[in-house]
Amino acid sequence: MALMFLLAIYFLLPVYFLIVAATKPQSDLASTNGLAFSHFDLFSNLSTLFSRSDGIFVKWALNSVIYAVLGAAVGTLISALCGYALAKFTFRGREFLFSVILGGVLVPTTALALPLFLLFSATGIVNTYLAVFLPSIVSPFGVYLARIFASAAVPEEILESARLDGAGEFRTFFSVAIRLMGPSLVTIFLFQFVAIWNNFFLPMVMLQKESLFPITLGLFEWNGQTARAPLLQESVITGSLVSIVPVIILFLLLQRFWRTGLASGALK
Amino acid sequence: MTDIAPRATRVVASTGGRRRQRGGGPRARTIAAFLTPFFLPFVLFYLVPVGYAVWQSFLVVRRTGGQYGTSYTTFGGFEQYTKVFQNDEFWSSIGRIGLFGVVQVPVMLFVALIMALLLDTPLLKLKSFFRITAFMPYAVPGVIAAIMWSYLYSPQISPLVDGLKSVGLHPDFLGPGAVLWSAANVSTWLWTGYNMLIMFSALQSIPQELYEAAKLDGASNWTIAWQIKVPIIAPSIILTTVFSIIGTLQLYAEPAVLRQISSNISSTYTPNMLAYAVASGNNYQQAAAISVVIAVITFVLSFGFMRLTSKKAGL
Repeated sequence: MALMFLLAIYFLLPVYFLIVAATKPQSDLASTNGLAFSHFDLFSNLSTLFSRSDGIFVKWALNSVIYAVLGAAVGTLISALCGYALAKFTFRGREFLFSVILGGVLVPTTALALPLFLLFSATGIVNTYLAVFLPSIVSPFGVYLARIFASAAVPEEILESARLDGAGEFRTFFSVAIRLMGPSLVTIFLFQFVAIWNNFFLPMVMLQKESLFPITLGLFEWNGQTARAPLLQESVITGSLVSIVPVIILFLLLQRFWRTGLASGALK
Repeated sequence: MTDIAPRATRVVASTGGRRRQRGGGPRARTIAAFLTPFFLPFVLFYLVPVGYAVWQSFLVVRRTGGQYGTSYTTFGGFEQYTKVFQNDEFWSSIGRIGLFGVVQVPVMLFVALIMALLLDTPLLKLKSFFRITAFMPYAVPGVIAAIMWSYLYSPQISPLVDGLKSVGLHPDFLGPGAVLWSAANVSTWLWTGYNMLIMFSALQSIPQELYEAAKLDGASNWTIAWQIKVPIIAPSIILTTVFSIIGTLQLYAEPAVLRQISSNISSTYTPNMLAYAVASGNNYQQAAAISVVIAVITFVLSFGFMRLTSKKAGL
């Protein structure tokens, strides 16, 4: 019990520190105790953050949402289609395709970023939304999960009866299978959302234009400038808080999906 | 209903598509339609770049007639790889990451396992609170976690440094000996809860009857935990280890952030930082060779670990 409390403090400490620091004026950061509230300046910190460089932080936040939500949505759909087909259709080369995908799970995505940059610069995609969005939709791990979920959640009999009723395979998938797979699709979506949201190396390699940055890259750039412009510190802190708190809340609300998803993912 | 899919199936059927052995399964064209939306981008953004990197890594840029000659690209065999292996910076980055992984991964997974086992006992109170606090860092991107911790490390701002000073200690989290472990702490903070949740979910799916039988045989909670629970969840422990190995070898964001406030992290601190630094110097072929070497090491280590442990665990 004592051990668990110590660990809980460890996990909460940086976030608590961030909350406290975000409410302080810049001048109090170094001069007051980091764990105690001082002058409450959160609202002026927020307005500084949102107005800095013509509101570029809002743009970054929107970019992050676009990359992560749209990328994860498209990614989940294509993973589900592929995983479902691998689970429910028998065809030659099925196991081979599946091992290729599993191999993809082991390929470090950072090792992909540099060759992708060269390929994308040859095709002129570099420094556009697509440069980050397109590679993000591919999730071999998503297909792996989708296959496990589809074998577990979609009974063969239902597919047979849908076929007997004359439904095509796509209609069966979209009206029957996808509903049975529902909770697990949320899991795949969440996994991929986090992977894109957290991805830093890919956007860093692909993007030079600040207006295309996701939050992570934007805050990283600001953080690098704090040595020259110490006043940026407060915005980096407030910006970090603004970017993580909504996501943390979302994740805690969706916890039960994670648990079911992790359980079936980890056991096979 | 649009009726597109059934018609397509019928057309293929009339041209004699291969049938599934059991029941009226779909024809090749339908199967392809399910697979293509994933495989097309998978090939374009996974397999092609891997192939491209391998190809690039065998090329060298040479110049005709001294320094001012025109440069041209030609096949160089293993020249780039020889350069990688002769590069001291490469070996020191590998050494650093190796040390990091050998310490950080076992510590993190051990803490995660202990937490999962404690959460699985009926004795512990406030379970969901502990589970939620541990999992929360998973929603925090690595860059932002590193920024948060870097403020906790920085001597000017940190309440930790102040607190330790008041008891007579003078820690230097960003010093040459400590900064690697400061980065390791960020990774541990980020991933312990995630790994714990994977192990905990596996524990939850063990049928309770198993414990009752063991209890009847007089097994203590301790024995049940180490002799029954841990071996059963071995596959998820292996899974978390493999993910951690992959994650360690990819380390980039955390040291890159700490580099902004510590002079003890070079631009070639980890293999990925080295690859990026070399690519920024326009030596793409050398960067490709480094990337390929990182990928191969990752692959060999994680695959080797899986093989080794699953044999031992009798899976």
